[in-house]
Amino acid sequence: MTNSWTDIRNTDLVVIMGGNAAEAHPCGFKWVTEAKANRGAKLIVIDPRFTRSASVSDLYAPIRQGTDIAFLLGLINYCIQHDKVQWDYVKAFTNATYVVKEGFTYQDGLFSGYNEAKRDYDKSSWDYDIGPDGFAVVDETLQNPRCVWNLLKNHVSVYAPEMVERICGTPTDKFLKVAAMVAETSSPTKAMTSMYALGWTQHSKGSQNIRAMAMLQLVLGNIGIRGGGMNALRGHSNIQGLTDLGLMSNLLPGYLTLPTQKEPDLAAYMSTRGFKPLRPNQMSYWQNYRKFFVSFQKSMWGDAATPENDFAYDYLPKLDLPGYDLLRAFELMHQGKMNGYFCQGFNPLQAAPNKKKVTESLSKLKFLVIMDPLDTETGRFWENHGPYNDVDPSQIQTEVYQLPSTCFAEDDGSLVNSGRWLQWHWAGGTPPGEAKRDTWIMAQLHLRLKELYTKEGGAFPDPIVKLNWPYADPGDPKAEELAQEINGRALARVTDTTDPTKVLAEAGKLLPAFAALRDDGSTACGCWIYSGCFNENGNNMARRDTSDPDDAGFYSKWAFSWPANRRILYNRASADLTGKPWDPSRKVIAWDGQKWSGYDVPDIAPTAKPDQVGPFIMNPEGVSRLFTRGMMRDGPFPAHYEPFESPIVNPVAPKVRGNPAARVFEGDMAQFAEAASKEFPYAATSYRLTEHFHFWTKHVIVNAVMQPEFFVEISEQLAAEKGITKGGWVRVWSKRGSVVAKAMVTKRIKPLTCDGKIVHIVGIPLHWGFTGAAKKGFGPNMLTPFVGDANIETPEYKAFLVNIEPAPGPVA
Amino acid sequence: MNLELSRRAFLQTAGAGLAGTTLGAFGFADIEAAHAAAIRSFKLANTTETRNTCPYCSVACGIILYSKGDLRKGEQADITHIEGDTDHPTNRGTLCPKGSALLGFVKSPTRLQHPMVRKPGSDKFEPIGWEDALNRIARLMKDDRDKNFVARNNDGVTVNRWITTGFLAASASTNETAFATYKVVRSAGMLVFDNQARV
Repeated sequence: MTNSWTDIRNTDLVVIMGGNAAEAHPCGFKWVTEAKANRGAKLIVIDPRFTRSASVSDLYAPIRQGTDIAFLLGLINYCIQHDKVQWDYVKAFTNATYVVKEGFTYQDGLFSGYNEAKRDYDKSSWDYDIGPDGFAVVDETLQNPRCVWNLLKNHVSVYAPEMVERICGTPTDKFLKVAAMVAETSSPTKAMTSMYALGWTQHSKGSQNIRAMAMLQLVLGNIGIRGGGMNALRGHSNIQGLTDLGLMSNLLPGYLTLPTQKEPDLAAYMSTRGFKPLRPNQMSYWQNYRKFFVSFQKSMWGDAATPENDFAYDYLPKLDLPGYDLLRAFELMHQGKMNGYFCQGFNPLQAAPNKKKVTESLSKLKFLVIMDPLDTETGRFWENHGPYNDVDPSQIQTEVYQLPSTCFAEDDGSLVNSGRWLQWHWAGGTPPGEAKRDTWIMAQLHLRLKELYTKEGGAFPDPIVKLNWPYADPGDPKAEELAQEINGRALARVTDTTDPTKVLAEAGKLLPAFAALRDDGSTACGCWIYSGCFNENGNNMARRDTSDPDDAGFYSKWAFSWPANRRILYNRASADLTGKPWDPSRKVIAWDGQKWSGYDVPDIAPTAKPDQVGPFIMNPEGVSRLFTRGMMRDGPFPAHYEPFESPIVNPVAPKVRGNPAARVFEGDMAQFAEAASKEFPYAATSYRLTEHFHFWTKHVIVNAVMQPEFFVEISEQLAAEKGITKGGWVRVWSKRGSVVAKAMVTKRIKPLTCDGKIVHIVGIPLHWGFTGAAKKGFGPNMLTPFVGDANIETPEYKAFLVNIEPAPGPVA
Repeated sequence: MNLELSRRAFLQTAGAGLAGTTLGAFGFADIEAAHAAAIRSFKLANTTETRNTCPYCSVACGIILYSKGDLRKGEQADITHIEGDTDHPTNRGTLCPKGSALLGFVKSPTRLQHPMVRKPGSDKFEPIGWEDALNRIARLMKDDRDKNFVARNNDGVTVNRWITTGFLAASASTNETAFATYKVVRSAGMLVFDNQARV
């Protein structure tokens, strides 16, 4: 989230699209209710299903899953055509005026530089014209046909309301009602908030779904302000934290990136991470990258990270591929190229797409280690459970360890909510049986590896045996010790760069904030964006002061919000070029002629002049990007691509199948149904129910009972067409698997007309498996396709094709 | 601790507030208030309260764990009740159908209690001690790493990577667990590393 849950109270218009907050985030949804009740805010819900969020909305518009970009670009087109643009914001705070160099084109669904064999782009033409002064060329008059604004205007022009209806199935009158309400928030005194979740991410173009809405919000001037923003509701309680801390193949903590094998030393690594400003006077805060990186290396390897050895640069593994994500991991297992796998609180047999492939993959491992509070299906992938897990244990040679870990109630530490609040919690119960904290398990494994390498030697022991492990009890690190390590510590006295007499931190003391980080090895910091969370003032994540001046919704003394306890990202953009809030009733910060101050920590240097320094300080431009240069794999603008399994051929690019830059493994493409398939005619989607939380509440009797049995949701029209009765049994199958379920025939799903064809939607909730308190059952991942988003490889769970027929009932 | 006091003060007056509600209109105010007061005092006097966060979605509602026994005094602590934290700015005491049933998660009969091993080709889990399990896993890791570690690529560039064993991290573990996990996994040179945010 750019903003926070409690900030939603400040909005005028909530758009829930790609999510279902009333059911999936019920206690956060209360802030939508507050905004509606207290300031007359409106709620729009755009979803294939008439959800409970839709049931309390002011306007509901149906949409076919996997067509959000066409809808959103349609909204941008509407705003441009109707001059509903916050012009002062767009001209000053976005790259609308930047001139794109000759050679960049978009035609027939493809941007310039496409290589079909590689399913990838040469992105060199996706860039600005750079002038002789080394800065990007801009045209303040917006007359240049190659400036971003004119390219955008042209790019979105195809998504007229009639085309939106043709692609999305949203009736034109409904679309126009949505557009009119959204467009009103282009006023500097109106705010719209976007609330989205997995309904946008779980597509082969998930990243561009989100970009499209972010672009709309910029056109409307809704980023950085109270009641505005791009608000990812997120899924689990700490996926924000695990991502911030870089637990991904290609990341280091704080959104630094792991080196590739093209970067043999620190100088080569830093050569592509200079972040030279693209316009005069801009902060381009990533220019501090080296400080964050060196401080991280010092946190990892302490005294073994020295200037002489490039701060232990060689201790980091170097990537040969963009990343080894979940899908690639299972692909490699499937090819027999992996031997061992650890699952820590993650149940991929249920959570990953194409269960058959996942089972085959796990069966090829030599060993599998499960660390979990619960008895997961993954831990028992080798056990026969009839149709729910039809395997022969004697044919599976994988050695499986199931290690009991503590749950939230038995562990201290911090979690990061969707609003970036790091909130500390305390253990209240004794763990069951021999269950242990994950920190203990990881420490025990590390100490054993270290001992083996010390005794026996072996492949490059240095990064293991020299790993900084400074805990009072090395076998059982305490949460506070780890939190302080994440915050960072001065290794030598750190002084102010402009005033050396001013000491920021004495040697050995906790760092006050990331501004104190240095690139000479005098500071250590595990995750720069969290610095300040546990400093000499104490554990700021444990703060519980509920004061909220003027009921503005910031709660700045509650817990700690990264970065720097800032509650609204890009908050400098809440004020105009003179530093005055666009809307005085919605002030976040303001310029008093000397400095910035207000309710929130300014997201700008405190003395940066408002007419000189742009609000988007992380970008070398100093402004936000409507055109992303070469930063996205599938294009500098979003474009409509059908899901890989689609009920119609792409109306705007008939020759393009799926997202042309999405990675597809050999063998998986053959397992996709063709576009407009007769064999698999129905558009399926997956979701969870308000009574359930993924596969966890399957172990809780109360939740298992409230929604006891696997079902699929279909319209009355489809039921009539197929002779399916309410509550009767059906078989649903895709090109990858088959499930048997009860049919829920409902008015909440209605057929849509897309490109002249009736499209029926089949809803498939997830929860069931073969362990826990619930009845055994199937889930959508028996059916889902093994393909991910082009940029970040989140699987396409939300849009695929199936067939359905009445069935005699379960065999087991 | 003024916040704690304010919450208790709120609880003490909660019964009185009922007078203006529908229940009050039906004339049940006194009974309800007395009943609520009796339960509250019992809970506050006889259990230990601990602040925690709901582990399900990322709204991250504040919750209070009530336990018999106090971990901080070195006692065994048995959690008997979980409810929303009325001081929390986001949820203000409310919980959803999942959060309301959290006690059932903590107490689930399918919580894992002891380390187990399933041997190749076997159709059952067998108990194993922590020491044996950890020693065996460390040995499996080292053998695989020693055998498949890539120190240099074909161009002679130092790459120091290990891609035959992978690690899938959680989504509800703490930042502190995540950082400890990061250190152990990355120092071993693992690249096949992901977490639940991916899906």
